[in-house]
Amino acid sequence: MERGVGQAMIVELGHFALVLGLMVALVQAWLPLLGAARGDRALMAVAVPAAQTQALLLLIAFFALMHAFVVSDFSVANVFNNSHTAKPLLYKVAGTWASHEGSMLLWVLILALFGAAVASFGRNLPPELKARALAVQGMIALAFLAFIVFTSNPFARIDPAPLEGRDLNPLLQDPGLAFHPPLLYLGYVGFSMAFSFAAAALIEGRIDAAWARWVRPWTLAAWACLTGGIALGSWWAYYELGWGGWWFWDPVENASFMPWLLGTALLHSAIVVEKRDTLRAWTILLAILTFSLSLMGTFLVRSGVLTSVHTFAADPARGLFILGILVIAIGGSLTLFAIRAPTLKSGGLFAPISREGGLLLNNLLLAAAAATVFIGTLYPLLIDALSQGGDKVSVGPPFFNATFVPIMIPLLLALAVGPMLAWKRGNLSAAFRRLAPAAAAAMAVTLLAFLLAPRGPVLAPFGLGLAAWLVVGGLMTLVERTGLFAVTVSQSWARLIGLPRGAFGLALAHAGIGIVVAGISGSAWQEEHIVSLKTGERLTIAGTVLSFVAVTEGDGQNYQYLRGEFVQLRGERILGQMWPERRSYPVTRTGTTEAAIDTSVLGDLYLVLGEGDESGAYTVRAYFNPLAPWMWIGALIMMFGGFVSLTDTRYRVGAPARAPSRAAVAAAAAAE
Amino acid sequence: MKRALFALALLLAAAPALAVNPDEILSDPGLEALARTITRQLRCVVCQNQSIDDSEANLARDMRRVVRTRVLAGDGERQVLAFMVARYGDFVLLDPPFKPKTYALWFGPWVVLALAGMIALLWFRVKRSVAAPTSVPQLSAAERTRLDALLAEIDGEPHARGRERKP
Repeated sequence: MERGVGQAMIVELGHFALVLGLMVALVQAWLPLLGAARGDRALMAVAVPAAQTQALLLLIAFFALMHAFVVSDFSVANVFNNSHTAKPLLYKVAGTWASHEGSMLLWVLILALFGAAVASFGRNLPPELKARALAVQGMIALAFLAFIVFTSNPFARIDPAPLEGRDLNPLLQDPGLAFHPPLLYLGYVGFSMAFSFAAAALIEGRIDAAWARWVRPWTLAAWACLTGGIALGSWWAYYELGWGGWWFWDPVENASFMPWLLGTALLHSAIVVEKRDTLRAWTILLAILTFSLSLMGTFLVRSGVLTSVHTFAADPARGLFILGILVIAIGGSLTLFAIRAPTLKSGGLFAPISREGGLLLNNLLLAAAAATVFIGTLYPLLIDALSQGGDKVSVGPPFFNATFVPIMIPLLLALAVGPMLAWKRGNLSAAFRRLAPAAAAAMAVTLLAFLLAPRGPVLAPFGLGLAAWLVVGGLMTLVERTGLFAVTVSQSWARLIGLPRGAFGLALAHAGIGIVVAGISGSAWQEEHIVSLKTGERLTIAGTVLSFVAVTEGDGQNYQYLRGEFVQLRGERILGQMWPERRSYPVTRTGTTEAAIDTSVLGDLYLVLGEGDESGAYTVRAYFNPLAPWMWIGALIMMFGGFVSLTDTRYRVGAPARAPSRAAVAAAAAAE
Repeated sequence: MKRALFALALLLAAAPALAVNPDEILSDPGLEALARTITRQLRCVVCQNQSIDDSEANLARDMRRVVRTRVLAGDGERQVLAFMVARYGDFVLLDPPFKPKTYALWFGPWVVLALAGMIALLWFRVKRSVAAPTSVPQLSAAERTRLDALLAEIDGEPHARGRERKP
């Protein structure tokens, strides 16, 4: 009984902290703004403790909810609907953010943590800019906290409390998916920093190189997390859904992919603002659009509008609320932009063939790619809404292959060239001369692929060639900057040590894309065998013989399983064993397949156990997915590249003393 | 008993990974490849954004059977797709057809790209004209040679030193 009362207290404290957080956001949203307008330092200074308090309150609320999940307090509706006493601890913890309500709480918590980070570490920011940026953060927090408290309260109670919960969808009981939402949200919400700084700069009417320098680390961190989040989601789909697909152009995937595309563009255009003080208005617009797409992603996924326009109409409270937030945030910021953008004079001149020109091309193509995904994702909704449900179209992978891919290919080709061009005015033929090794590698790899698989898919070898171009091109940026082969090795080494971390980040991220492209191209050679197999029989795939030894049954922590045992043979030599599983979760009456995957450098051997029939034969699906692991490894390298750049002393967020002052940056920009 | 319970549980479960089954596969590899090409382009109309090739729904299985029956009867890709559209509407095609209601869809990306490219070109033009307004008096020949000499000097070693110094 004692424990029950204590638990009830913890949930109520969490609920109380959440509502108090809403009140604090209310203060944070306008007092600092008023202070900045009046030049009142005391009012502006409210932003810092407000942001910190808000983060603290939301941490309390979040951990109170997590505690309710861990101790299985089914008097909380959210716990009852998404948990079960027999669920493993990891998924009880992850259950905190697996439901709609919990995931929205995680969303605002991350927002508040970012805000608190700016408040605590941004001591060298001009007070007006800081106050305004934190006020904009406060407005976003206010909108989403109101959404949570009024339409999606995670602390809502049930009386009397049920004895047992309904358990979490088994597909979500997976380590990959436990960490997918937090990473994704770090990315989504991280772009809110760029948005807040953009709005603050527009209100202030001043954007310069120093502004870009403050915004870049946040954008970089958000980008790296989003990269990781998307890759994790894709990997999960690959191993969990049971047929080795990894990207479906599903609206939910697209919702996270659009901010990624524009965020990548923002990351690059901010470099131009920082180094050359030009493309300012465009960069501000990108910052606004990137976060707008993050908001729209939240709307698409959370409103139910994706399943059908009509489910949205059936339960309109949540959808309408987010739609309202969306309209106010996007409409408001774009209006502000329209008023203030003409006053932003752009700075330095540059020729079309130059580093800036390359970055501009990157922006054009990425923006067009994002627009393509946007159109493809929303078109079915548009047609459905316009025809009142009378007419429907589907937009599937063939559309994106015909539009998105042709836009990305020139981008990837140009990607290796851009970093080889000088600022202001570049020399294209010199850049190509420096890239000769990359071109040679690309041709060699393409030829080799054709020789090894002469009757395979025609485009895949070119894809591998493109991958080689990107990887070698990425590494060539380091070769170029260290003067390797031009000066002595020890001199090169000394230069390599002296290079800023950003240079390594660039090389890693660019090479990482190449590795991803290789993985994608490899999937064109997928081999598939679907057979009906009895124990004792064999099947052959990609030169490997799989012998079906036995089927066993058993109990897991909260499921029953049927497990196949296979032995991998080459000749009569045993290479290893594989255990594909089918699981059945009695509480939710659903099942999952757990594919057995044997990973090597060349690819994945992917084995799925299907249904059995009366004669004792089982449907067995075996796939060989060439180079599949390269996709996740490449994405990991990209993300790592982002974090390496983040450690660059130039962008160190937590070292305000060493960060250059506004005057120093202006002087440096003038000197360049 | 346990086995029976397990079988029951699996029956009740929305059994996953039920996509293409061995008994569906056609013995002629050419026709089977054609059938697969077709089923990858057809949407499982009761699923969320899945092709009938990937889907585990019962309806998808029925649709796969229909496709294979048509293929065995000698229909080509176009005919089978037309047959399915007649039954389920354009909704069944994952590759949206090119017709007035999808013009905006198919042209949209290219219009955006062209517009973005045009804006960039205009921007370059405006910048250049702002940077070099025609009303500015032209340099005399003597001034020009002197300027060239100065520029040549700047383009020499100090430039290289500048690159060295850059982080």
